[in-house]
Amino acid sequence: MISNGTSKTVVKLHVNGETRDVMIRSADTLLETLREQLGLTGAKRACQNGDCGACTVLVNGEPMHACLSLSIETVNQPIMTIEGLRNSSIQQEFVDKWAIQCGYCTPGFILNCHALANKRPDADDETIEEWMQSNLCRCTGYQEIKEAVKSVLQNHKNDSAS
Amino acid sequence: MMENPWFSVGKPEHRIDAVAKAAGAVRYTADYSVPGILHAKLATSTQAHAKIKSIDVTESWKVPGVRAIITGKIFPFHIGPILADRPPLAFEKVRYYGEPLAIVVADHEYQAKRAADLIKVEYEPLQVVNSVREAFKTDAPLIHENSGQYMKIISNVYPVQGTNIGSHIKIRKGDFIKAWENCEYKVKETYSFNLSDHAAIEPRCVRVEINPTGKVVVHSTTQSPFTIKKVLNQFFNIDVGNIIVHVPMIGGAFGGKGTVQLEPLAYLASKAVGGKMVKLEYDREEDLITAPGHIGLEATIALGTNKSGKLMAGQYTYLIDSGAYTDQAAGITRAAAIDCTGPYNIANVWCDSYCMYTNHPYATSFRGYAHPELTFAVERTMDQLAKIIHMDPVELRTINAIKPGNSSPTRTTLNASNIGDVSKCIERAKELINWNEGARKETAEGMIRAKGISTFWKTSTTATNAQSGAILKFEPDGSVNLSCAAIEIGQGTKTILAQMVAERLKMDINKVHVTMEVNTQTDPHQWRTVASSTTFLAGRAVMNAADDAIAQLKRTASIALQCSMEDLEIGGGRVYLKPSPEYGVKIEDIALGYKFPNGHAVEGQVVGHGRYIQRHLTPMDKDTGFGKPGPWWSVGTQAIEVEWNPKDCTYKILKALTVLDGGKIINPMTAVQQMRGGMYLGLSFASHEGFQFGTDGTVLNPQLRTYQLMRFGDQPADYIVDFIETPAADGPYGARGIGEYGVIGMAGALANALSRAAQIELNHLPLLPEQIWNVRKEFKNDSV
Ligand code: FES
Ligand code: FES
Repeated sequence: MISNGTSKTVVKLHVNGETRDVMIRSADTLLETLREQLGLTGAKRACQNGDCGACTVLVNGEPMHACLSLSIETVNQPIMTIEGLRNSSIQQEFVDKWAIQCGYCTPGFILNCHALANKRPDADDETIEEWMQSNLCRCTGYQEIKEAVKSVLQNHKNDSAS
Repeated sequence: MMENPWFSVGKPEHRIDAVAKAAGAVRYTADYSVPGILHAKLATSTQAHAKIKSIDVTESWKVPGVRAIITGKIFPFHIGPILADRPPLAFEKVRYYGEPLAIVVADHEYQAKRAADLIKVEYEPLQVVNSVREAFKTDAPLIHENSGQYMKIISNVYPVQGTNIGSHIKIRKGDFIKAWENCEYKVKETYSFNLSDHAAIEPRCVRVEINPTGKVVVHSTTQSPFTIKKVLNQFFNIDVGNIIVHVPMIGGAFGGKGTVQLEPLAYLASKAVGGKMVKLEYDREEDLITAPGHIGLEATIALGTNKSGKLMAGQYTYLIDSGAYTDQAAGITRAAAIDCTGPYNIANVWCDSYCMYTNHPYATSFRGYAHPELTFAVERTMDQLAKIIHMDPVELRTINAIKPGNSSPTRTTLNASNIGDVSKCIERAKELINWNEGARKETAEGMIRAKGISTFWKTSTTATNAQSGAILKFEPDGSVNLSCAAIEIGQGTKTILAQMVAERLKMDINKVHVTMEVNTQTDPHQWRTVASSTTFLAGRAVMNAADDAIAQLKRTASIALQCSMEDLEIGGGRVYLKPSPEYGVKIEDIALGYKFPNGHAVEGQVVGHGRYIQRHLTPMDKDTGFGKPGPWWSVGTQAIEVEWNPKDCTYKILKALTVLDGGKIINPMTAVQQMRGGMYLGLSFASHEGFQFGTDGTVLNPQLRTYQLMRFGDQPADYIVDFIETPAADGPYGARGIGEYGVIGMAGALANALSRAAQIELNHLPLLPEQIWNVRKEFKNDSV
């Protein structure tokens, strides 16, 4: 028989503020574990190669490609998926600015943008571009997404000024 | 007339799916799982053209969890939407790199994948046909030895036995040969680009199970659920009524999910494991090359004018690279002929549109269905012709713009309703791009700013009996459920249809609940969600259903109010007396019938139904192309302004502009979304995209890392969208189709702008800086 690394271990993941037991193989990616074991399907599988950003989640507040992260590496670290982000201003901006069409890229963009607003609230256009280039959208043409990101950052600024 | 306070058509209503999508709560096909589901993976060809000598699966069976392995022997027949020329699993030979050879079904996906990797295939390589040009040669190796024997699924496909021609469509209008001799100015040029891909962010995915009573249940990322039923019926002998297809929302499609490719594979896989549910989810690499992509093209266009620049004669040769199988490329070949001239009035037209087999991944419909491709070639020719005549290129387009009273290449007579206003689009675009301020300028920093323009048209070549249906079911709170098999692929169709319901019933749009998921068992038949035809077809069906519901509501209300139906009016969630609106009944009180105070009840639930079918469309004549292929043409003009750096040939797109005459615009914001998205797709295709082929026909860039597309920041700094709304008499509220149109003129406009900037002729895509650099080098060498 060919060995497949099939043996599994139960570990705890801290996802969206909850501690969850998952049973993983050493080769399981975070994307597989979130989607298949926890039903958190907001993170999308679209290339599994780090090229599209559809699988973006936050690990320790940093945007990560869940398709390139091993589940085992994220034990003991706070993980946030789109399901953990409720009624944020970013989600509202994406709706208001018409930045959503098919919606497949949306969770990835929103989480990436959420991290950007937290980490680099004064990001200039170049920084925004650098961050957002990791995510692909095939429907919108990026203009509306850009407007949504900018207005989130602007609101952040206004909030912290007042 | 009293203003309708509940109007919805023409209003930028918010998309009904946006909030759930922002929350990541929408479940797409791949997001569903059930315990015990089995997973399928494909073994695909590593050769572009070869005989299959043997397939050895011994090692694969040793992988734990493997439940079935099947090869082409299990189903040695050909399928296809237009010409049945493609085995779902290759048998005897492979015809493209990435072609499915075998399916492994296992408990886990990684097991299936491991086992698929262990399948050993022995090939006998055959000579590879690596371009349409090679394919066309008389001594070219044959990709399909028996193409003349393939079954034709629709008329208007003409494979030529003993050649690589999968179909040949002709237009013969007027007397081209004579007219050409008499032309004062002439131009003839050749254009080309490679096959590319839709690259929707959602890869294709399907689940199939066969239940013990023989019902085949399919869940798929498809634009064509009823076509899946048709294909499974036609080729696998399953009763249409026994096939149920479910489609949730789709993560982008762009035509790529319009054809049937992975569903038969998953069906065979499920059958091999006794009907258990099997999921087949493509990896990106498979989605790019195993599943069908976007055609390649080599086009040669000759245009001739009289002294004053009026087009007298046009000859068009389109060699369409359909790859290994014709699929929808055979239909694209036909569409390219139908609209071959672009929106110009030319009396003498000669067109040969060929669907060519090559050893490339095969192609299917792509947003625009032949039009972005032919428009690139036509619009480049128009600019080069203008140069020869010394005429302003906008002027050349204006004087030749097609008008009511003219006829199309297939000799359909145009009138004010079936064609939009081309001249007006040109004029508006010219203004908005400030054409008169100069089309080429050097900036103080030594950059070149240049503009390019492109005009386009498109009719929707649907099946002549393409149709749609809609059902409106009322709830006891006065709200209404709409079921209709139009698919939400991101274009906003469900929102548009909700608006039409709200408008017709004069009710609050929040009281219209649209079933987002399509189920072929409960929804009425819908041809497909393609060809920019949904607003039109489903829209008409929905209006029809609303009228039916209104009649029922009035009937019940007339009993409740003891008056005649004619005296009643509907609006604001009530049915009321026209002369005294305060006297009426709430819809909620009659939605499930009316109950008299004494308990007696009449009528029952209000269920409106409606339908619409294309009228008076015909196939084309084989020898001349004569026929009426589509209901109307939407037309438009697009323009681009670039800033080009002559030092390194890099460029930025400053402005991208679309002026579209799409008839009445139902939702101005979703329409703008559609235009911008289309413009992006067209620009990405024109500037970055294309498969690179090795000399052996392998695809060198089957990943999103190496298959480059426009990313955030590469998009135009400014998108400008404007609409001319010449109503279509047939359309719902005067609407025509708009879904594909943003994409159509972009390649032409960008190539025209960059050609003007670099003062060379850029006739090949993609327009990467290296490409511009190389062409410039050739031009310089030529001129010395
Ligand atoms: S799926 Fe992770 S980057 Fe594409
Ligand atoms: S909205 Fe479809 S990919 Fe971004």
